[in-house]
Amino acid sequence: MAPRREQEFKKHVQAGGQVETNDWMPDEYRAKLIKFIEMHGNSELMGVLPEREWILRAPTLQRKLALTAKVQDEVGHAQLIYRVVEDLGKPREQSLEDLIAGKSKFHNVFHYPTKTWGDVGVIAWLVDAAAIISQKALLKCSYAPYARIMKKICWEESFHILHGRDVVLALVTGTEEQRELVQEALDRWWAPLMMFHGNPIPAEDDPMVEWRIKSQANEDARQQFLDGYVPQIWELGLTVPDPELRKDEQTGVWHYTEPDYTELKHVVTGHGPRTAERLELRRISREETAWVRDVVLADAA
Amino acid sequence: MAVWEVFRQEREGAPFQHGGSLEAPDLAFAEAYAKEFYGRRAESLALWVVPRDSVLEIDEPYVAPVFDRDYRRVDGYSIKVKLKEARERAGTPAH
Repeated sequence: MAPRREQEFKKHVQAGGQVETNDWMPDEYRAKLIKFIEMHGNSELMGVLPEREWILRAPTLQRKLALTAKVQDEVGHAQLIYRVVEDLGKPREQSLEDLIAGKSKFHNVFHYPTKTWGDVGVIAWLVDAAAIISQKALLKCSYAPYARIMKKICWEESFHILHGRDVVLALVTGTEEQRELVQEALDRWWAPLMMFHGNPIPAEDDPMVEWRIKSQANEDARQQFLDGYVPQIWELGLTVPDPELRKDEQTGVWHYTEPDYTELKHVVTGHGPRTAERLELRRISREETAWVRDVVLADAA
Repeated sequence: MAVWEVFRQEREGAPFQHGGSLEAPDLAFAEAYAKEFYGRRAESLALWVVPRDSVLEIDEPYVAPVFDRDYRRVDGYSIKVKLKEARERAGTPAH
């Protein structure tokens, strides 16, 4: 009985069918959803930390406000996403504890340092661009409550990308020193950006695609990123630090140096240059705000 | 803590559509969180915030017919042949 039901469920989602919170679902599907969506929530929450470091150092009041708004948006995304995880059966408190304990993951790009203001521009422009490609594909996710909140998230991310591009444009139209700041940031961020969409596992072997949690193969996402953004980088006179990078005009496929996926694995399993420091910050802030949760919950009881 | 469902209206006259849910200890927090999560950037014109327990979900809203009820539907009426005959009798040209 059960295996047959599972097969029918799989057929349903593979044909583009969607699933709601109270619908029956196989345990394996639920577990995969929780793992995937929780990692997304963790990434939104951890993703603000590299940018937060620059709020006080933003060059103008306008930039300070924009950066603050972006940080506020990303935390808001984490709230929406953790709620979806909670409905699937994992309480938010548990997600936060697992994150701090290093038991769950977050995206590779948020394990790296932000050394200069150039990093802020490159992150908001290109990291958010890479993220929105994945997130737009998630609009078609078989789990409907997740797909629905993605609509709002994508809408906000589009402002972030423009904000980042504007920061980069201001720098490349500035002094020689400012232009070098962007180039130097791009040189450091390129490798993590190329790893962002994961190893080029074929769609048919990807369990996330099998359940149509994801509808796009990793390599398709990366190709879409290269196609959309490399020309925009080149037109500013910036150099992409990969001598192999070129588009085959016949096939439309981008060629590039294979990213170091051992580094990717090393970084996302808690060994990135800033992993420990940022998780420690998350732990302290959670500890410091515990009294607020206590008061709210005591009042409600 | 209780779960509240949030429905958003994007434009005047548009239907309220399910946006997502939130967790809040009481009505005041539910309102504050709903505004924060779904109204902060003026992306919603209005919100409906409903305790999840109060939503009656009906999985099979279709009332099965006891007998054929095609007289309730457009496809229950086939007038082509009758119209042709009526026009012939009246001597009016077909369109």
